[in-house]
Amino acid sequence: MSPALQALVTISIGVGGCVIYFILSNMILDKLLFPARGPNIARNIRRAGMIRPWLFLAPALTLLGLYLAYPVIETLRLSLTERVRGGGSDWVGLDNYRQMVVEPKFREALRNNFLWLLVVPAAATGFGLIAAQLTDRIRWGNIAKALIFMPMAISFVGAAVIWKLVYDARPIDQEQIGVLNAIVVALGGAPHTWLTIPFWNNFFLMVVLIWIQTGFAMVILSAALRGIPEETIEAAIVDGANPWQIFFRIKVPQIAGTIVVVWTTITLVVLKVFDIVYAMTNGQWQTQVLANYMFDKLFRANDWGVGSAAAMVIMVLVLPILVWNVVQARREMK
Amino acid sequence: MDNIAGRRSGLTWAVQLSVLALVALWVFPTLGLFISSFRTADQISATGWWKAPFPTEQNMVLRAAGPEAQRQEGDRYVIEGDLFTDGKTGEVSAWGISSKAYDAYKPGEVAELRKGGTITLDATGHYRLERDAPFEGRRGQRIFVTATTPPEFTLDNYRKVLFSGSGSDNMARAFLSTLTVTIPATVIPILIAAFAAYALAWMEFPGRALLIAVIVGLLVVPLQLALIPLLKLHNQIGIGKGYLGVWLAHTGFGLPLAIYLLRNYMVGLPRDIIENARVDGATDFQIFTRIVLPLSFPALASFAIFQFLWTWNDLLVAKVFLIDATGDTTVMTNQIVELLGTRGGNWEILATAAFVSISVPLAVFFVMQKYLVRGLLAGSVK
Repeated sequence: MSPALQALVTISIGVGGCVIYFILSNMILDKLLFPARGPNIARNIRRAGMIRPWLFLAPALTLLGLYLAYPVIETLRLSLTERVRGGGSDWVGLDNYRQMVVEPKFREALRNNFLWLLVVPAAATGFGLIAAQLTDRIRWGNIAKALIFMPMAISFVGAAVIWKLVYDARPIDQEQIGVLNAIVVALGGAPHTWLTIPFWNNFFLMVVLIWIQTGFAMVILSAALRGIPEETIEAAIVDGANPWQIFFRIKVPQIAGTIVVVWTTITLVVLKVFDIVYAMTNGQWQTQVLANYMFDKLFRANDWGVGSAAAMVIMVLVLPILVWNVVQARREMK
Repeated sequence: MDNIAGRRSGLTWAVQLSVLALVALWVFPTLGLFISSFRTADQISATGWWKAPFPTEQNMVLRAAGPEAQRQEGDRYVIEGDLFTDGKTGEVSAWGISSKAYDAYKPGEVAELRKGGTITLDATGHYRLERDAPFEGRRGQRIFVTATTPPEFTLDNYRKVLFSGSGSDNMARAFLSTLTVTIPATVIPILIAAFAAYALAWMEFPGRALLIAVIVGLLVVPLQLALIPLLKLHNQIGIGKGYLGVWLAHTGFGLPLAIYLLRNYMVGLPRDIIENARVDGATDFQIFTRIVLPLSFPALASFAIFQFLWTWNDLLVAKVFLIDATGDTTVMTNQIVELLGTRGGNWEILATAAFVSISVPLAVFFVMQKYLVRGLLAGSVK
């Protein structure tokens, strides 16, 4: 069967199956189990009302449990075991973690991930804030916004190709076709193969993610800036504040909550960054990051134990944000 | 603030210019790839893409016609022709017949051939070889030319990548494969999530608050944790690697965001409408399908765009759950990464392949931007 046909069949089975499930289960509940008639009508309606939410939730909860909740626990278990030849696994305690932390590549990945965490959210949020503030004040602001926002739609892989062209390097006696080297040469410098210069190449990779995420930050912050009450700004103007003071003393404090949300959202993206590094350097020249390290362990070294341990490290780094989000959500619901 | 008096106009100019600079910085990289995808391999390696709209001066090695084209004029043998063929034009500024002295002659000058005879070339690329005896050998005389050629764009790259290319150059199959992954992976989670979101928004039951908290928590669980356990699971239940597995995985991974977005939206629907319907005897199922679902269209559209962009652009999930050793089901992102490895220098193929993959999300982005922005705002700002 051709894949396209298979996809169509899947959509019909998937969608049809869901619809039939929801209709049928509701019908069984209302007509067979607890019919809204007869002597026990009040009790039946109440009972049906108690069960119905779970009918609505069942498919989602099953998938969530199987595809997200169970893997967390299973990965934790796998990170504490070692596969043995011929199937099965041995409990090895923290051996995988011990083995991992002494590995130079892992330390490099950890160091780079912290660099990414320091630079990318700050830069993307900063640029986003500047872009939001500036584009809100001009007539063609919406077009400008759309263009800055555009990289959001581009895949990390596509972005990797785009930026590889920017960083492209030719021997010194040839004409440079990468913008960066062309500028450097025009200014009298020598061309570099930017992605192979250890340490600094991390920043050249980060630029790609900053380029993608700035639009996201801009859109959210721009909405927040518009939500600031006019009176606070007018009062500041009356008091003789200059534009800088208005921006940093009046506007920024009022959107601080949103800035934190944007920052953490980008932080999450950074922790999981994989495609960019995989496509551009594959962790060579000391650009390894955790997600790519994990992929490497998993599919090249075929070491599930250490791979799972690396995944758990990412999970631990995400955990504070997870807790904060949950606390925040619970507070809102009250 | 537009109504600040005084230095306003100067400030506005500064703002305009900074925005312009910012936009240029953000658009330039993409533009470079876009323009490169319409240039030939020679053009790309000869000059930067930013020079594409202008005439370029290139060094070229061209060949005059071979001895079979010679004719006799009196007692001399002559080969005549044009270096620029196939509708190409150019203006020769210097030329030569040896790689060591490729700019030895000006247009119109006459050079002595090593094997006897003379050659001359004019500025338009018209050449004339003369000799007392017949020309011999199999191939034509090599001519080194420094010429200015007008800007030229071609669709050949797209033709090659989409239709005629062979092996890894051809993206047609990967395009279909990506589409096959994307559509079910976008449609199915919406339906499942909508029911769950309705239950979490409008039905009273014990444990509801806890469930919402759990979903908010699952929202940020890194994909990386799911890879090994699920691959194991898929292998155990016999799905292995294939479309079914990748559809299920994308559905599972997309659900938290879908439920979260839809619930937030549904909670905001007017309570009166739903209460009234209840009083009139509508069941929850009817309220959901007849009232809530149609009203939630903007949120459904927002999530659909997110999920579409995410699944179309995804590399990791496809690599783990879909692409097997045969590579028959490779998706575009994966094929581009492979091209980066094997054809890293062939920018015309790379740029075009990348643009084929980027164009669909970009189109969706520009058409549906409104919903994307709404979804972003609903998803992260309270």
